[in-house]
Amino acid sequence: MNAELPLSYFLLASAVLFSLGLGVVVVKRNAIVVLMGVELMLSAANLNLVAFSRHDPALQGQLFGLFVIVVAAAEAVVALAIVLLVYRHFRTVHLDEVSKLKH
Amino acid sequence: MIQAAFLFFLLFTIGSAVVVLVSRNVLYSAYSLLLTFLGLAALYVLAGADFVAVTQILVYVGGVLVLLVFGVMLTRKPDAERRSGPNVIRTEHVRTGVGLLVAGGVFALLFTAFQKGAFIRAEAEHFEPVDRLTTVPDLGIQLMTGYALPFEVAGVLLLAALIGAAYLSKVESEK
Repeated sequence: MNAELPLSYFLLASAVLFSLGLGVVVVKRNAIVVLMGVELMLSAANLNLVAFSRHDPALQGQLFGLFVIVVAAAEAVVALAIVLLVYRHFRTVHLDEVSKLKH
Repeated sequence: MIQAAFLFFLLFTIGSAVVVLVSRNVLYSAYSLLLTFLGLAALYVLAGADFVAVTQILVYVGGVLVLLVFGVMLTRKPDAERRSGPNVIRTEHVRTGVGLLVAGGVFALLFTAFQKGAFIRAEAEHFEPVDRLTTVPDLGIQLMTGYALPFEVAGVLLLAALIGAAYLSKVESEK
C-alpha cells in the first residue's frame, strides 16, 4: 500500500483542503462558518502530518496529529463560547454588523 | 485498486469542502463539513493511520461538529432579511472574488513548495519498514512513555478550555 500511493497525492490533497478552508474563512460572513473553515484548515494540516509519518516506525507524525486534534477541539470550544457572547451582545453573528468596538 | 479508492475519497472530501464554501445555508455547510471529516478519516486510513482516523471521527464529527450545530441553533436570526442598498450585490461579489483569489494564491504557493521540495528522499530509505497490523499498541506505548508530558499537558489544556468556556457562557445575573 505504501508504494502505490506516492506522498505527493497526500500533499496535494492537503494543499487543496487548506486553500478551501482559507477561502471559507475569508469569504464567509457568518462567524460559525468561519469556525468551520478554521477546523477544515487544521484537518488539512493534520493530513499532511499523518502522510509524512507513513514510513516512520516511531509514528511521530501520528502522535503530533493526535495532539493537533486535541488542541483543535479545545480551541473550537472556546471560540464558540466567544461567538455566543458576541451574539448575546450584538444580537447577530453576521460579521459585517459586528463592527463597533464601543459599547 | 488502492489508487481508485484514494481518488474516490479525495473527490468526495474536496467536493464536500467546496459545498461548505459555496453554500448559502449555514446548516448545509455544517452537513457538508461532516462529510468532509468522514472523507478525511478515510484518507487517514489510506495513509496508514487507523487510530488517528477513528479519533478524528470521534472528536471532530462527534464533538466539534455537534458543538457547531448547537452554535448555529443558538445564534439564529429571527428572520433572514436581505440587506438593501444599491451596491450590496457588487460588494458581495467583489469580496467573494478577492477571497477566492487569496485562496488560489495560497494554493499556488503550497503547490510550488511541494513540487520543489525533494520529499522523495524523506521517505525513501531512511526508515526500515515496520509491518504492523494496527498502530494502536505502538501509539499507546508512546503516549505512556515518550509522550507522557504532552499527554498530561493536553489534559491541563482541556481543563483550562472547559473552565474558560463555562465561565464565558455564564448567564449574567442581576448586576
